[in-house]
Parts: sequence; structure tokens; C-alpha cells
Amino acid sequence: MDITEVPLSLDKKGKKKKNKSPKKKKCVSQEGSGEGLVVVEKKEEEDVKMEKSEAAAAFPPTFSVSEIKNKQRRHLMFMKLKQEKRKQKMQLKKKKKKEREALGDKAPPKEVPKTIENQRVYDETTVDPEDEEVAFDEGTDEFSSYFNGLTNPKVLITTSDRPRGRTVKFCEQLANVIPNAHVYYRRGLALKRVIPQCVARNFTYLMVINEDRKVPNGMVLCHLPDGPTAHFKVSSVRLRKELKRRGKDPTEHSPEVILNNFSTRLGHSIGRLFAALFPQDPQFIGRQVATFHNQRDFIFFRFHRYIFKNEKRVGIQELGPRFTLKLRSLQKGTFDSKFGEYEWVLKRHEMDACRRKFQL
Amino acid sequence: MGDTSRLCSVWLGSETGILKGVSLSRKQAFNFCNTTHLSRDQEVRALCWGDPAESELLVGCVDGTVKTFSTEKGSFTETRRCGDPSEGCFTGLAAPDGSSLITCVECGKVRVWREDSSEPVTELDAGKNVSRMRLSPVHRNKVATGGKENGLKIWDLEKPEKPVFTAKNLRDDWLDLRRPHWVRDMAFIPDSDKVVTCTGYHQVHVFDPSSPQRRPVLEAEYGEYPLTALSLPASGNTVVVGNTHGELAMLDLRKGLVRGCLKGLAGGVRGLQCHPSQPVVATCGLDRFLRIHSLEDRKLQHKVYLKSRLNCILLSSKNLEEVGGAAGTEGSQEVKEEEEGDEVWDAMERVEERSKRRNTEDEEDEEEEEEEVQKKKSKKKRKKGQD
Repeated sequence: MDITEVPLSLDKKGKKKKNKSPKKKKCVSQEGSGEGLVVVEKKEEEDVKMEKSEAAAAFPPTFSVSEIKNKQRRHLMFMKLKQEKRKQKMQLKKKKKKEREALGDKAPPKEVPKTIENQRVYDETTVDPEDEEVAFDEGTDEFSSYFNGLTNPKVLITTSDRPRGRTVKFCEQLANVIPNAHVYYRRGLALKRVIPQCVARNFTYLMVINEDRKVPNGMVLCHLPDGPTAHFKVSSVRLRKELKRRGKDPTEHSPEVILNNFSTRLGHSIGRLFAALFPQDPQFIGRQVATFHNQRDFIFFRFHRYIFKNEKRVGIQELGPRFTLKLRSLQKGTFDSKFGEYEWVLKRHEMDACRRKFQL
Repeated sequence: MGDTSRLCSVWLGSETGILKGVSLSRKQAFNFCNTTHLSRDQEVRALCWGDPAESELLVGCVDGTVKTFSTEKGSFTETRRCGDPSEGCFTGLAAPDGSSLITCVECGKVRVWREDSSEPVTELDAGKNVSRMRLSPVHRNKVATGGKENGLKIWDLEKPEKPVFTAKNLRDDWLDLRRPHWVRDMAFIPDSDKVVTCTGYHQVHVFDPSSPQRRPVLEAEYGEYPLTALSLPASGNTVVVGNTHGELAMLDLRKGLVRGCLKGLAGGVRGLQCHPSQPVVATCGLDRFLRIHSLEDRKLQHKVYLKSRLNCILLSSKNLEEVGGAAGTEGSQEVKEEEEGDEVWDAMERVEERSKRRNTEDEEDEEEEEEEVQKKKSKKKRKKGQD
């Protein structure tokens, strides 16, 4: 007789019953002349297997919760499943804690939890501080005149045409925060015509805040003589009056600048772009500091006033506006979105596909 | 030093003046620099093979000099002064045979130089604002030029007064306005007289000088950004174009439709070349990477980070991945000795070896020189927070 193997699948409680009967039939049918014992053993093994599978069946559930058609029952089963899982997790935690206490000093060090920053894919463009070629490249790029102390920053802040309340206030507050900054009304002028006039009047930066539905949402930062133009998406703008526990108005002193976490080559370029907005010599009397913190490709801007209470403790007060930037493109040359050459463009489907890969 | 240059199958010129050679089989990049001090004057603008045997490279720099680099020796052998920096930078460099050299600068002067004299043998004026000059691979005295508001012109170097073919601008558009045109790059289609050009207004044109029509025979459009580079693959009927946004596409020249896009680039394409025999295309651009894509399945095969912005690229005709391999097995012992000494520099997968013309064997001297150059401490390092 042909014996067909029936696979023992543990999918559903219902199906298992079907599986049991043919197996038992098979055991029975294997009667051979001298094989009585063998058959019995086999039967026992399979029974044991059945029991094990049954035992395994009860804990955890053997069927997928999503296969129950009745919504309420499905919900109940899912809740039960979650509770079971949580219970097991707590038991595991308790056990581990007990073991750790029992071992005392000999306990292995605590494992570091995985975060997205920990798991960041190594970027090959990360700048090595001793790299000569990159140092030369940075030493002779468009910002070299600023970093060599030859020019002082002078910023022109403007908006897109016909700005509304929040954007106007945002521009005013930015002008307070950035020393030597002037706000001008846009009047519908074309940026390509504005740029030569700015260059003639010795401006070093042109900052254009774009507004959409009465809220600032974009920023074009153009370094003037012939420098790169960066286009950012602006989000989470909090004006001074919306900040809690803030200090008094920012004073005229030049702030210090902190640039955090700009590690790749692109990050270095953007970092230098931000650094060149502020004068090279900060006035420490003012105790003001502007921070550009890069995390996961978002750049967070904060403006604080600090005071050293003693050698180890510092108090800080947040003063200025607060906003987040995300780089969308970096173009070589002054603003020319149609014919300019782009050094870096954010391509969402290619670059945002991996959660652990960042560009700045 | 000579053996590292023999391994390189891809050559690139960068904005910092360094000639970079990349060996794909060993996955290494090497820098070849003429002087001990880098300067932006030496920015490489044009690259071409000096002779059909591909043992010499001609490097055109911004300050008007053309340097010859020998791949056998791995060093720059001579420098020639071929023009003033006031005339603009090199937009085309070609060597029809080993002895003469054709250069073209942005102001439009195309000159033919011979090895002995320092004055050009022939000079012709191709108009103003020339963006590119290319030599025909079949007729070694035919040259095509094109630029901003300067249409495609095909010149015969023996008759420098008038171009053999001048392209006419496209018909006025539906508002009867003159169409602007800006030829960025061109290529001669093999086996025929036709020339394909790409423009700064995202158009690709095919011209046929043998037909009486001076307007383009085929007109195709791709994207919304200026097309900066163009190359013809070995298998005919297609052309690969790249634009300032880093979009690479293969267009079919029969109808002008897009066959497919090659993904991966983040910055504008500056140099693009298809391999003469393999279905592979190499691109370099402002994002400081060399990328090699396969044309059949449009996948990225190699990606190499080279730290400066790259201006031009040149591929060797041999099989790209075998160039280093064959040489490696023969001279493997020599290479190993060099590698052992250079292990200090082998931190990452991509290795760069600085090789200067004077001190080749003395590594200590090289290290000292590098330390001297490295003495700058810029303020930005103090300002920047901890990484």
C-alpha cells in the first residue's frame, strides 16, 4: 500500500484534528510480520509528538489572530495575545534583574539599546580631520575669504512676495539674532536682479524666507559673491512670544556659534555656510550662543543666553526664535534654480529609502 | 608609482588640480599631483588621450597649460603653454595623432599645436562662448564646436575660414519668438555623418550634415534642467545624457524616447563617458563620486568617493575590471612590497596614495612634506562642536 506522508502543520486547532486521524490510520496500517513492536513504538512517538504539539499549541496560540473573521472575538484574542506577551516580557526582565543582583560586581555590563543614531550606516564621505585634500578644498572654497578674516558678514533678509504676520515677525527676530542683518521688503523683485545689487552693496548673504499660507516654510540662503546657494525646508517655527520661560530680548553682542554633528563632506559645507553668517569674533560679554544641531539630517536652530553659576553648572535661557531646517538642495553658484549646477539634491525615493542612512 | 598608474582604468580630473586614477579591480583610487602645493589654478578642465595606444594623458588646466602625464611612468612628463587664462578655460582638447594637439578655449579660438613650436599652426575662430569642442573619431581633421547662442558648427581643420556645416536654430515657437539655444555637448555618431548634441534647454538634437536640412533631424527632450554631458554607448541607436540635477537617462535616437534612467547621482553631472566596448557608463560630477553603471540592467556597479569635485573623466579602452588584475598577477610581489609599506595609509577600503614626481621611494620624505602642508589650523575647528 502506498503510504502518503501527511504533513503535521500546526496552523489551526481545527486542522489538527484532521491530521490526527490519518496518522493513526497509518500506524495501524503498518502491520508487518515482525514489526509489531516497531509499529507500537512509532505510534508512541507520534503520540508524544502530538502531545508536544498540543502542549506547544496552548502556549503561545497556534493560529494567527488575523484569521478569525469575527471582529469582537478577534479583538479579544489579540488583547489576550498582547497581555501574554507583556507578561512574558516582565517575567524575563525580573529574571534578568535578579540574576544581575545575584552576580553583583561580576555582572556583565548593561547592553546599550539600539537607536537609529547608533545604527547609522557608515558614510564614506565622513571627513577625516587630517585629510589634506579636503583641508585644501575647504581652505580655498568660496568661504575662504570669510574664514581668513578678510570679509565681515552682512546679511540681507527678505521674504517671498507679500508676507503675512508670522513671517514678518520671524524675519524681524532673525535680524535681531544675526548681527549686521537687514530686513527688506520684497516688493515682488526677481532674485536674480536683487543679487547683483546686493553684491554692489557688499552684502555677503542673502536669506529669503518663503511663506506658504501665512507660515514660513522655506529658506534660500545664498552666499553672495559667487557662493553656494542652499535651499532648506523650514518647519516648527516658534516665535519669541511662543517660547516658555524665555529671557529678555537678545542684545547686540555677537553670539558664539555651535555647530553640532556635521560630519560628512556635505555636512561640512553646510556647517561652514552657517558659520559664515555670524562674525568671526564672538563677544563673550554678551553670553549669547546660537546653536545649529544636526540630528538625522534635520538642523535645529536654538538661541540661548548662558551664565556660569560655578565651574560646573551653567544656567541657560532660551531667547530667540526656534526653527528646524532640512536641506533640500545645495547649488553651486548664486541663486539660479533653472540653469545652475547642483552640488547635491535631495532625491527622496533614493535617499530616504534607508532609515539609517543620513547625508549630513 | 608607475605601477599604480598602470593599474588605473579610469582617469578623472578634479577642481583642486589633482589627476585621479581609479583601479576598479583593486577598488583603489590614486592621486597624481604635479606640484607639492595644490592650487586652484591647476583645476583640470579637459582630459584626453595623448596617443591611440593610450599611454599618455593630456591634461588641460585653467591657467592655460596642457600637461602630459605618462601612464607608464606615473608622472607628468611635460607642460605646454597653450593659451591665456584671460581667454577662458579649455572646453575641448584632442590629439588626432601623437604629435599634434587641438585645443579650444571658451572665447572660441580653436588652435592646432605641433610639438616643436610654441605658436599654433592653425587657428580658427568658432564664435563666442564655446562650451564644447569634440574631434570626430573617424575623420581626424573634423572638429565640432558649440556654445551658448552659438550653434553647432563642424569645421575642417584644413580649411579654417568657413565651417563645413553650420546648424540653423530651431523654428520660432508658437508665439513667433526666437528659440534660445545653448549647445552643451556633442558627439559624432559612428558609421555616419550625423552629430548628436545636447542643449542647456533640456533638448537633444541630431544633425545630419549630408542632408540639405540644416535644422535638426531629430529633436527630443528630457527633464527640466540643462543637459550637461552626453555620450554614445558602443551599441548604437542610444545616447546617455546627464543634467545638472544628477539625472542620467538613456534616450533612443530613432524616435527620441527615454529608454531608462540611471539612478544614484546626487549632484550635477560634469563628465560622462560610455566604455568603447563594454556596456558600461562612467559618470563623475559635483557630488565627488565616480559611479559606474551597467547599461543593460541600469544598476550601479561601482561607486568611488573621491574627495574633490570632479570635472572630467576618461576611460581606458581595455576591459575596466581586468586592467589591474592582469598587471597585479605579474607584478604582484612588487605591489605587495609597496602595500606593506603603505599599510599606515590603508585605513579604509578606498585607499589613496599620494605620489609626487620627486620623492617616490622615500616615504619618510613624503610624510614630512605632508605634515608641512597640513599645518593650517582653521578657526572653524574650534567653533565646531564635537562630532
